[in-house]
Amino acid sequence: MNILEIVNLKKHYAAQKAVDGISFSIGEGNIFGLLGPNGAGKTTLIRMITGIFFPDEGNILFKGNPFEPLRDASAIGYMPEERGLYKKMKIGEQAVYLARLKGLTRSQALERAKEWFARLEMDNWWNKKVEELSKGMSQKLQFVITVLHQPSLIILDEPFSGLDPVNANLIKEEILLLAKKGSSIIFSTHRMEQVEEICDHIVLMNKGKKILDGAVTNIKRQFKENLFALTLEKMTPLSAAPSFDLVRNEEGKIMIRITEGCRPHEALQNLLDQGAAVTGFYEILPSLNDIFIRLVEGTPQKINASL
Amino acid sequence: MRKIWLIIKREYLSRVRNKTFILSTFLTPLFFAGIIALAVFISSDAPERERIAVVDNTGAFPNKPDSSGRIIFIPDASADTADLDSKGYSAILYSPHTGDNDGGAWKMYSRKPLDAGAGREINSRIRSDIEKDLMVRNGLDISLVDSIQNIARMIEMETIVLQKKENARGPDTGIAFGIGYAAGFIIYIALMIYGSMVMRGVMEEKTNRIAEIMVSSVKPFQLMMGKILGIGAVGLTQFLLWAVLLLGFSMIFSLFIPAELMQQAAAAGTPMPQTADSFSKAAVNLTQTQKELMSVNWLLIIPGFIFYFLFGYLFYAAIFAAVGSAVNDDSHDVQSLMFPVTAPIVLAIIIMITAISYPEGPLAVWGSIIPFFSPVVMMARIPFGIPGMVPWQQLATSMFLLVAGFLFTTWLSARIYRTGILLYGKKITWKEMWRWAFEGK
Repeated sequence: MNILEIVNLKKHYAAQKAVDGISFSIGEGNIFGLLGPNGAGKTTLIRMITGIFFPDEGNILFKGNPFEPLRDASAIGYMPEERGLYKKMKIGEQAVYLARLKGLTRSQALERAKEWFARLEMDNWWNKKVEELSKGMSQKLQFVITVLHQPSLIILDEPFSGLDPVNANLIKEEILLLAKKGSSIIFSTHRMEQVEEICDHIVLMNKGKKILDGAVTNIKRQFKENLFALTLEKMTPLSAAPSFDLVRNEEGKIMIRITEGCRPHEALQNLLDQGAAVTGFYEILPSLNDIFIRLVEGTPQKINASL
Repeated sequence: MRKIWLIIKREYLSRVRNKTFILSTFLTPLFFAGIIALAVFISSDAPERERIAVVDNTGAFPNKPDSSGRIIFIPDASADTADLDSKGYSAILYSPHTGDNDGGAWKMYSRKPLDAGAGREINSRIRSDIEKDLMVRNGLDISLVDSIQNIARMIEMETIVLQKKENARGPDTGIAFGIGYAAGFIIYIALMIYGSMVMRGVMEEKTNRIAEIMVSSVKPFQLMMGKILGIGAVGLTQFLLWAVLLLGFSMIFSLFIPAELMQQAAAAGTPMPQTADSFSKAAVNLTQTQKELMSVNWLLIIPGFIFYFLFGYLFYAAIFAAVGSAVNDDSHDVQSLMFPVTAPIVLAIIIMITAISYPEGPLAVWGSIIPFFSPVVMMARIPFGIPGMVPWQQLATSMFLLVAGFLFTTWLSARIYRTGILLYGKKITWKEMWRWAFEGK
């Protein structure tokens, strides 16, 4: 069953169409990447999903029923890009307070907060105030607050910004674990390398419209350019052949583009015939970053594949 | 409802537990008590007692120095305008008459003019001394004359406002003025303090970006009302504590009033005392104040105060919340957005100051009906009496409009607030706020 289904959602401001007819769906336990440049309408879309804004048009189905912000808010955990906490409040108290606003009882909230604080090695922070925390520490707290009430849909807007690699990894592991336990996760970002690592499925938005939707592997295949990389034992003069084009040939780093309709092994055969001592031969798939830039800028980019 | 209650509780507790709150609650009454004590100290000690030489040719003045009043009268027949300064006199009081006393032309010579109070005191002193002198000369016993004069001095006028209820005693105008002024002023200060507390609270939530997390759990309206009600409860708590503290202070203070003064005061309360001349002026004042305070209808003033305090606060707090939601991190912004909100409150106090002297004038009546001003202005009029000063239908209209006004400002502010708190990094204009409020976009 899909946990969330969005059908032709629209939200217009006085000056622009922030979200203009977006549709997609998210399955249970999926990690879903919502991508787009700044100003694409991601935040507005998320605010509609979290019940902060009402859509002008379209429908949101949550667990198969029309979305009801008051009822469903307790099943959603949202970590906005602009992190926010009460600076003068003790962090233990704050975690319990925010969890109770999500519908937990006092004892439930207390128990789970203690559990999470212990898990993320935060127990001795309990009586500190937020203003005493470092940026990384308050990021961790923010994450705990987002997931404390065991939401079935977790929305994370740039969850790794401001985290050091160790803590970023810790949070990543927690996200994967939550997904394994059945929570669905919407992951909004413009950091593509993280998306490739974590997400099963992505939607790319630009200027309020959806421009790409699919599984990460499929999308990469869809945008491949038949580029192959070649490593040689020693420098050999090579020339193009009917089966391939030579894109680059310098310092032992060679890139070829296979001609449409030809097979990779035909090209490899030709190269061997030219006397190349091949030590490696593999396909270059475009990174999501390349696809992103290409689609957003509307013009095909020269692919800068690093070997 | 459960969520709004949680929010109220947090807003309330986080402020009440704050050190600043505790300190300001306990120090403010001390501060005011200190100011009052200082004022009493200055006024009792400050005016230098004038020494006046009396060159009396009538024989009406007693011929020994008299320093019972503010002015020291010193009979000195040799005093001359030439040696005024060297003898330490501020003035010479001179009567040219000899022989039969007809009141005559008294003259006073001084280097600089004496203040009006001193002038009045000297004048009344001359009058009463000549009066006494004349009565004694005409055969009255001197102790009888003293007694008569003392009784006369204690006579005070009592104002009675005719009402339908027979013999109903109206409040003394002076005390009504005092209470009205104080009540209006306290409400003015409360609106400013707690209103800006709401505004700062909303700004804090907006600039800390906690607002977005909050509104993903609760409706913006719940968040706004939770804050307004929580801070309102803080205000009530603070006022209650102040009332208790002031009561405590005044009880401690009364311990320092000499016991015989209290006894005299109690005795002075009985009508037409035979021994009136033995009472000091202080005892009379004390009795008078007690009597006046008793004449005030506290049963109307206290509920009226609570009503106008609460609804005045609610009326303005919603507007302050809307302004807070529109403010950016820029403090310059705060000033320009706050001005239109504080202006009517300041105007209210200005109307009140004028209206309290003419509590039946059109300014006072309209000021106490329009919700922007009514919490301050009406509270200044109520102590003068209902329905004597404020007819029941006027009070009802004023209360109804204030409650309606509070509902309207809350509705309006909620619409501005829900958009404003999520709009970061952008200067919001009044035009935009108008559009959010009335067009919902």
